[in-house]
Amino acid sequence: MEKDQDKILNDVTSGEYKYGFYTDIEMEQIARGLNEDIIRTISGKKSEPDWLLEFRLKAFRHWQTMKMPQWANLKIPAIDYQDIIYYSAPKKKASPESLDDIDPELKKTFDKLGIPLEEQKHLTGIAVDAVMDSVSVKTTFRETLAESGIIFCSFSDAVKEYPELVKRYMGTVVPYTDNFFAALNSAVFSDGSFCYIPKGVRCPMELSTYFRINAANTGQFERTLLVADEESYVSYLEGCTAPMRDENQLHAAIVEIIAENNAEVKYSTVQNWYPGDKGGKGGIFNFVTKRGLCRGDNSKISWTQVETGSAITWKYPSCILRGDNSTGEFYSVAVTNNHQQADTGTKMIHIGRNTKSTIVSKGISAGEGQNSYRGLVKVLKNATGARNFSQCDSLLLGDKCGAHTFPYLEVDNQTAIVEHEATTSKIGEDQIFYCNQRGISTEDAIGLIVNGYAREVINKLPMEFAVEAQKLLQISLEGSVG
Amino acid sequence: MLIIKDLKAAIDGKIILKGISIEVKPGEIHAIMGPNGSGKSTLAAVIAGREFVEVTEGTVTYEGKNLLEMAPEDRSKEGIFLGFQYPIEIPGVSMVNFMKTAVNEHRKHKGLEPLSASEFLKLMREKKELVEIDSKLANRSVNEGFSGGEKKKNEIFQMSMLEPKLAILDETDSGLDIDALRIVANGVNKLKRPDNAAIVITHYQRLLDYIIPDVVHVLYDGRIVKTAGKELALELEAKGYDWIKQNVEKNDLP
Repeated sequence: MEKDQDKILNDVTSGEYKYGFYTDIEMEQIARGLNEDIIRTISGKKSEPDWLLEFRLKAFRHWQTMKMPQWANLKIPAIDYQDIIYYSAPKKKASPESLDDIDPELKKTFDKLGIPLEEQKHLTGIAVDAVMDSVSVKTTFRETLAESGIIFCSFSDAVKEYPELVKRYMGTVVPYTDNFFAALNSAVFSDGSFCYIPKGVRCPMELSTYFRINAANTGQFERTLLVADEESYVSYLEGCTAPMRDENQLHAAIVEIIAENNAEVKYSTVQNWYPGDKGGKGGIFNFVTKRGLCRGDNSKISWTQVETGSAITWKYPSCILRGDNSTGEFYSVAVTNNHQQADTGTKMIHIGRNTKSTIVSKGISAGEGQNSYRGLVKVLKNATGARNFSQCDSLLLGDKCGAHTFPYLEVDNQTAIVEHEATTSKIGEDQIFYCNQRGISTEDAIGLIVNGYAREVINKLPMEFAVEAQKLLQISLEGSVG
Repeated sequence: MLIIKDLKAAIDGKIILKGISIEVKPGEIHAIMGPNGSGKSTLAAVIAGREFVEVTEGTVTYEGKNLLEMAPEDRSKEGIFLGFQYPIEIPGVSMVNFMKTAVNEHRKHKGLEPLSASEFLKLMREKKELVEIDSKLANRSVNEGFSGGEKKKNEIFQMSMLEPKLAILDETDSGLDIDALRIVANGVNKLKRPDNAAIVITHYQRLLDYIIPDVVHVLYDGRIVKTAGKELALELEAKGYDWIKQNVEKNDLP
């Protein structure tokens, strides 16, 4: 009986990664390694102003004084930072003013990923900034958005066209001194997305960035900076994939969000980096610093993440609730299958009065996957009336995987109300058989049960993304049965 | 429709069924009665395809096919329905989503297009009335937080949605009050057609006041020790299972 169940779970948890192809395209790369010259080269390639080069160099010098942190519940092989190529870009013919200037191979690649770069193909009205390796390939709907005063462009373009905005906000939420990977990113970041929603504007379409790692031996280090001015609203999506390779590749990004008075930002991620093979070989190390600052009163930042990919996921999308009555939310589904590891969660820092935060974390472990929730709820002395609700659930498929929960609470205000709930459950053979007996295959049964379990989080995603995420959950946990 | 021949089956190496032969024809209702531990639920599990029951000997033929070679979901799609003695809870999966998946899998198997959302909801409304099930149940997770009676009614509801050719009800009457019992029995009777059949497994005669069986089998210690018409159930009720036990021990069956 045990054996049968193991077999079923083994069969259904061995799905294939569908985005593991590689695009053979001419690349412009710099030498491997990391030193001040490399940083100057990256900055030079992007014709950056001196202030930005200075920022990079300061970050690099600081990074050299730091050691990789060891506190996570992760087994991370040694990373040789001198063995990584820090800049790798598809060769382009001058600057792509129109789509015709983009290499057809690149267009094909993004088509294959389901991210058409032609605006007319986007019936659903999602603007995309498509990033391959170290550069942004194309940002769609820039002009349409500009009509409402919205700036949506690659980070590199923002540095050139809106240096004052970048200077004012960059590094204010995640300073380069923040942590080891934030310092590394600040030194070598190559591109990413920039978005500014002006006062009183409700962004008319979903904005998104699609990250693709293509080249071998590279790392991807992008920055996203999202500023929502007073009374504005934006919903932002992020997706990512990478080819299947035997080596691990490093993805160390920074996302900074600033929400001013009465502004609301919804940030959704469907993370599907290559998770490595069934034996645990290869896959992306996804070490990302994501943080939002509710700077204004009544502002709101909401993180939703569906993490199915990466060999190792290590990130804590967080909210600093500085404005009075500001709200932070974190909804997460993290899947670890085969030999995947995840140590993910959030930090909610309550500074302003009557600040509220909600944390819903759903971990799913299969195969030999290890899944940890780690979360900090901190209520500062002046945060009168702060409220937090945290719910951390773990679902286990099989008996070789693990689920761990590390909640931290630091409460310095007597009026705060902080609640924490946690559950751990297993998909039972009985549940699967019950579905079988109604005509539902084991594969579909696990899909139903897992999606039911994750429903509360999936429902927070924008509609089309929710459908994608459901399929992805099923694919990452399922394969051919028997 | 269903022919079971000399069936022997074991769980964890322990022999539970020691040679069972039953033939169920279209239009018939068979009752299987017997004391606790006689093997009634094991027999149901073999027909539904639970993997933990190991068939060591014998054959089960369903509509001319070797049933034992079919996957549980294929048995379902070919028209076999098991009403569970202890229905399983599936948190987070709504009844609507669960039944829609099941119904459409059945339709796919028959080469039919899946039902649209509105067609499906209409069907669900009709069937809910049939089994007098609370309309709110549909939006709740499968069996989660259902009372004992609601769970059993939910089994009958699912049966009516899937319209099986062969329904096996495993102690569906246990733990039901008289009203629920009547509803469950009515559900079964309304589904009765000349071309389908049912096997009603029960410990008590009570259910058979409402569902009139054509054949009654008495299962004892892994064997069918007596088969007769509906009057056997009444006799059992009057004389108790000790009567059967004594007769079996004396090897002197009435």
